[in-house]
Amino acid sequence: MFDDFLFRALIAGIGIALVTGPLGCFVVWRRLSFFGDTLAHSALLGVILSISFDINISLSIFAVSSLVALILLRLQNTTNLSGDALLGLLSHSSLAIGLVVLGFLSFIRFDIMGVLFGDILSVNVNDLIIIWAGGAIILFVLWLIWKPLFASTVNYELAEAEGMNPKRVNAIFTILLAALIAISIKMVGLLLITGMLIIPCAMARNLSNNPKQMVILSIIGGLLSVFIGLYASFEINTSSGPTIVTVAIILFILSLSKIRKKY
Amino acid sequence: MIDNDLLVKVSDAGLYKNGKWLVKGVNLNITKGKIVTLIGPNGSGKTTTAKIALGLYKNIEGTVERLTNKISYVPQKVSIDWTLPVRVIDFMVLTQDLQDQEINDALNLTGVEHLKNNNLRELSGGEFQRVLLARAIAKKPDLLVLDEPVQGVDFTGEVELYALIKKISETLQCGILLISHDLHVVMSATDYVVCLNGHVCCSGTPVAVAQNKEYKELFGEKSSQLLSLYEHEHDHVHDSDGNIVKEAK
Repeated sequence: MFDDFLFRALIAGIGIALVTGPLGCFVVWRRLSFFGDTLAHSALLGVILSISFDINISLSIFAVSSLVALILLRLQNTTNLSGDALLGLLSHSSLAIGLVVLGFLSFIRFDIMGVLFGDILSVNVNDLIIIWAGGAIILFVLWLIWKPLFASTVNYELAEAEGMNPKRVNAIFTILLAALIAISIKMVGLLLITGMLIIPCAMARNLSNNPKQMVILSIIGGLLSVFIGLYASFEINTSSGPTIVTVAIILFILSLSKIRKKY
Repeated sequence: MIDNDLLVKVSDAGLYKNGKWLVKGVNLNITKGKIVTLIGPNGSGKTTTAKIALGLYKNIEGTVERLTNKISYVPQKVSIDWTLPVRVIDFMVLTQDLQDQEINDALNLTGVEHLKNNNLRELSGGEFQRVLLARAIAKKPDLLVLDEPVQGVDFTGEVELYALIKKISETLQCGILLISHDLHVVMSATDYVVCLNGHVCCSGTPVAVAQNKEYKELFGEKSSQLLSLYEHEHDHVHDSDGNIVKEAK
């Protein structure tokens, strides 16, 4: 059964949707969507390093994205630039460096479209193990820090005053985000990961009135996008990542009509 | 002052940051069942002092003795973004695990039990402050820190809220550290006032502080007249209120 590429893609997509739901809600709540983009852009450098030095692609992306996240935290404390300027700086410098290094690698056959938009055909059993094992670890850690993370999302001072150490959980959350990008790049592609993160959550927000409900609906929205998106991309022969995200957008548009109804 | 009621003792504390003293030479004791109020103009170090008392800074001058870990905090400003769907009941368990009974009791005490399933964004300023208070007292803390708890509330609402805070301190017998910018409203609901302006400019009972020369200089003669006016109006109303009435007599 694992020989069938469509089946493998489906298993991979389910694994990713289970993780993007809860993580994406925090990205939306904390207004971190541009931050997700920055991490995803830096993933290109990770991909290129993994090819140059022949190391595991997920590991290499995770290392580069985490490094960028840590540099960001450091710069926030040492410079006077605003958060979004720093994000823009890191996002585009890592993208530029990645593309320059790519220029040196012209002798290697390299499918850049697959990195940018996801390549369903390339998901192998190894990738499935990485997605499910990595996803399980991410969800477990998120479950451990859920309470302090949520409290510091609602109000930083309150969480700090009542001894929840928001600084530490914020840093952990950043690492989780880098890890998610590392495991989902093959499936969705680095240009669209942020879309996969936030669009199902935006849909869920329209339909929910409490945080748990929003997380559950985000997961359901993500799963539906994966199911319908994969099927459609197979039938009409389009890239898997963009098709999944397009389905998510359609679900979001449908959810708009429900905003005013009581849930 | 009975020593075993002591919750926090701040001795000669100060915080030096980015080349200047945010606050310096602060002494204060917080004890069970008493309300200590910090007043002072903007930027005078009120919130910094409260954070020192909470033990949130590592590099401070002086010493802070904290004899309890059951502390609740009501922040100065809580804005809930639309993207964040939070009901009152979700907010109550934000930093703590609560039984249904504890949630109901706390909401009952602050008079907002009927709002339990409402979204935080649907509440008015006064209702929101009552929910903040309810959350803070649900676990029956030893120490309650309130940072400007009457923001976004009109004058009548302010007086009611301070009456509620007084009631909380009497019902729960907890110590309260209150940050406020106007003394005349907190007057009836405070036992000890510390007036800050980068340093402790004066401290004592509300009446003593109001008469203090430095306080008058800081806030202007008018505020202390307002204060005596207020006191005059209310010394018969709050007949059973304790400290203030005694001194007025």
